[in-house]
This record gives sequence, C-alpha cells and structure tokens, in this order.
Amino acid sequence: MLDFEPFYLTLKLAFATTAVLFIVGVPLSYWLAFSQSRFKVILHAFISLPLVLPPTVLGFYLLLAFSPESIIGRFLESLFDVRLVFSFTGLVIASVIYSLPFMIQPIHSGFLSVPKNLIEASYTLGKSKITTIARVLLPNMRNSLFTGCILSFAHTIGEFGVVLMVGGNIPGETRVISVAIYGEVEAMNYHNANVYAAILLGFSFLVLVLVYALNHNIFNPSPGST
Amino acid sequence: MRKMCILLLTVFIFSNLSAQTGQEKKIVIAAASDLKFALDSIVAVFKNSHEGMVDVIYGSSGKLFEQISNGAPFHLYFSADINYPKLLKEKGLVSSEIYPYGVGRIVIWSKKIDPQKDGIQTLLSPSIKKIAIANPAHAPYGKRAEESMNYYNILSSVREKLVLGENISQTAQFVTTGAADIGIVALSLALSPNMKKEGGKYFIIPENSHNPLEQGAVITRFGGGNRLAEEFMNFIKGTTANDILTFYGFTRP
Repeated sequence: MLDFEPFYLTLKLAFATTAVLFIVGVPLSYWLAFSQSRFKVILHAFISLPLVLPPTVLGFYLLLAFSPESIIGRFLESLFDVRLVFSFTGLVIASVIYSLPFMIQPIHSGFLSVPKNLIEASYTLGKSKITTIARVLLPNMRNSLFTGCILSFAHTIGEFGVVLMVGGNIPGETRVISVAIYGEVEAMNYHNANVYAAILLGFSFLVLVLVYALNHNIFNPSPGST
Repeated sequence: MRKMCILLLTVFIFSNLSAQTGQEKKIVIAAASDLKFALDSIVAVFKNSHEGMVDVIYGSSGKLFEQISNGAPFHLYFSADINYPKLLKEKGLVSSEIYPYGVGRIVIWSKKIDPQKDGIQTLLSPSIKKIAIANPAHAPYGKRAEESMNYYNILSSVREKLVLGENISQTAQFVTTGAADIGIVALSLALSPNMKKEGGKYFIIPENSHNPLEQGAVITRFGGGNRLAEEFMNFIKGTTANDILTFYGFTRP
C-alpha cells in the first residue's frame, strides 16, 4: 500500500541534477576563479541568486518560461516536441538552476585554495592548461569537489517549493518525496506521511554522517584534522 | 545595545497590548480557494457597514481543516466540502451550526480550444497534452472532477495527461499560464474578473455526473463568543452575500 516510487524518483532527480551540475560547475567555477573579466562579478552574483530568492520566484518564472505560450516553450515544443513544464526533465533543469550556487561556491573556493606556486610550477614545467587542471588543481581540491556534490545532492532531495509550482504532482514523473509527504498530510494519511518522513529523516542523517566521516578521516588523514 | 533592547521590548509590549484590546475588532477567516474572489467581494461589502478588520486566508479545504484541528487561530471556516466542518463538529471544535452557503460547480476551462462544442469529450482531443485538475486526494474540486471523468468513462484514457494542482486556484493558475492546455476548475473562479481577462472558454460540466459540491461555513471553537465573527456569519446568510455568491455561480443547496 505504501508507494516507494517517490523515493526512487527523488534519488533519480538528485543524481541527475548533481551529475549535470558537476559537469557545468567545474568549468564555470574555474572561469570564475581565474578569469580577469569584470563580467564575472555579474555572473557570480547571478548564479548566487537562488541563495537569496525564495523558491516561489524561480518557480513562477520557470512556470511562465516552460509554458507552451512563452517563446522558449513554443520553440521547444514546435522544434523538438518537448514540454518542460510538468516533466522530469523540467524538474532537472529547475533543480540545476536552484542548486547551482551549492555546487559553485565550494568548487570556486577550492580553486582559489590551491597554492599559486603549484600551478606556476606546472606551467614552468611546460604542462598545458588542461593537464594542470586535471593533474594539479582538481586532485588538490578533492574535498571541495566532494562538498559541492554532496551539498547539491542534499539540496535537491530537500527541494519542495519549485517542484510544487512546476511539477504538477504526477506519480512517477514529478511526485518527489517532499511533495508526496505534503500530499499525504493534506489527505490525512498520517501513517504514510510518518513512514515517508521517518525514512527521509534517517536517510538524510546517514548521508550527512557519511559526509563528515569521509571528510574527517579519509580526505584529511593528517592528525590535526579531527 | 542595552538601549536597543529596552526599545524593542517596549515596542513588543505595546504591540501586544494593542493586540489584546483590539481582539474583538479583528477576525481571521480560513476559506477554500474556490471562494477567493467571491469572499473578497463579500468582505469588502461587509466592511462598509461593520467596524473591524477581516483577514481571509485561502487554501485547500483539507489543509485548512488540518490547521484548525491543530489549533490554528481562525475564527471562521469556509469549506468547499461540507464534510470537513461536520468532522470538526464531531471533534467539538466548532461553536455554531454549520451553514451550507452554496453548491459549487466544475467547468472545463481552456485558452487553447473552445470546450463548448464537444463538452467533456474535448478532454480526449489529441491536441491536448496536459489536463490540470486539483489533487483528488484532498481537494474537493479534484475529487468531483475525477468522479465526473469516471462517469463519462474517459478517466482511464486521460489519466496519463493529468497534472495535479495543490488546490483549485493553483489548478486555475496552471491553465491560465498555459502550462496545461486545459483544466477542470471551479465555476466561481472561471466567473471571476481575474480569470475572465485571461480570455479562456469554459464548459459547465453537468451536475448529474458527480456528487454535489456542497459547501459549508462554521464558526470555530476559537472564534466562539467573538461578536464580529457572529456578525459576519449573519451577513453571509443575508441577501447581499447571497447575491454575490450567486453571481460567482454558487447555487442554493
């Protein structure tokens, strides 16, 4: 009687979002950290907006943008027959925008934390930019990469407002766990709501314990790090 | 810093005092979302002849029931499903008789196609990808929409296209923004100026296809003894309020 699809869907959404964010986030953070362009201040501010704005602002704009009446919506529908509103793909896009600062901030500071002389040594030895990033920068900031991924993943699991506004509560497509719990409470199915909520609580706690365990022991084996 | 604290404390105490003395003069109404425009009009007229503040909070009937059961400070409760106030009464959480203020209707509403031609069968049109209804699990209008589609034997054919609004006004928002091609909403919303200006067409679903949307209002236990709450309840029973409700498509039970 209890449906576990919302859990599966939430995990799928969180993994997809984190994967997209990682691919987008690393080059973007690199550019933000090392570019000399003045434009980067504006971009950085823009990316960080979801930290400040309530989810209703993003939800409202996305609803308008995804609707087949808007320019973007009409373009996608006529060209690719894709409608983003009320779809899983739409939720992934919404979550990517919504969680972008949670991926960018840690990776951005990670890039800045790598000592300058390491990078310069690599260039002096004739290594290319790509090799320097892959062999020098990224391995020296594993913690930041890991933190960015975990924060984005966790933030997506806890997402509610945006999904409620553009998801449409479709079972197996957009009914993620937070929306399912809300629905069960409203329908006065307290038992189901309790089970869902308890599982989510336990799961989230375990994820965080895992994060801190890894952070303290594996990634920072030096004695002073606990 | 200390001066600041004292100042804040003083402000806090005074605001509290004024809140206590003004208690009789202010009521909070919890109302189903389908009443959004009708009740706003009624409150506006009520204020012309009565002193005091009237705040209205809109939400799904189920959610508001929930909040009142858990002690929310609402003086009156207007539910789109009369069973919720009846349940409150069983729990001893009301302090007046339940007044059935009207019966709601559901309509098929769309900006994209005119549903008047094919009626309920419009929902089967291949050009329609998403149909918005309120969540049948807890919103009375969603329940009736589902019953009606079931009555016409089209529920299984359209199930894949359904998107569920949290309450009836979110459902209306899905269709007015065009995010969903068509939807089943409350007649009271379709008749409101805000929805009319969106330029959609609607078809009133025959009443015999679903259980009646009998609605009910009640003074909560929290609102018991409050004069303004009683005055508002009497006002709802009067002809002015009744005319406004009729204008928004509610019929007498």
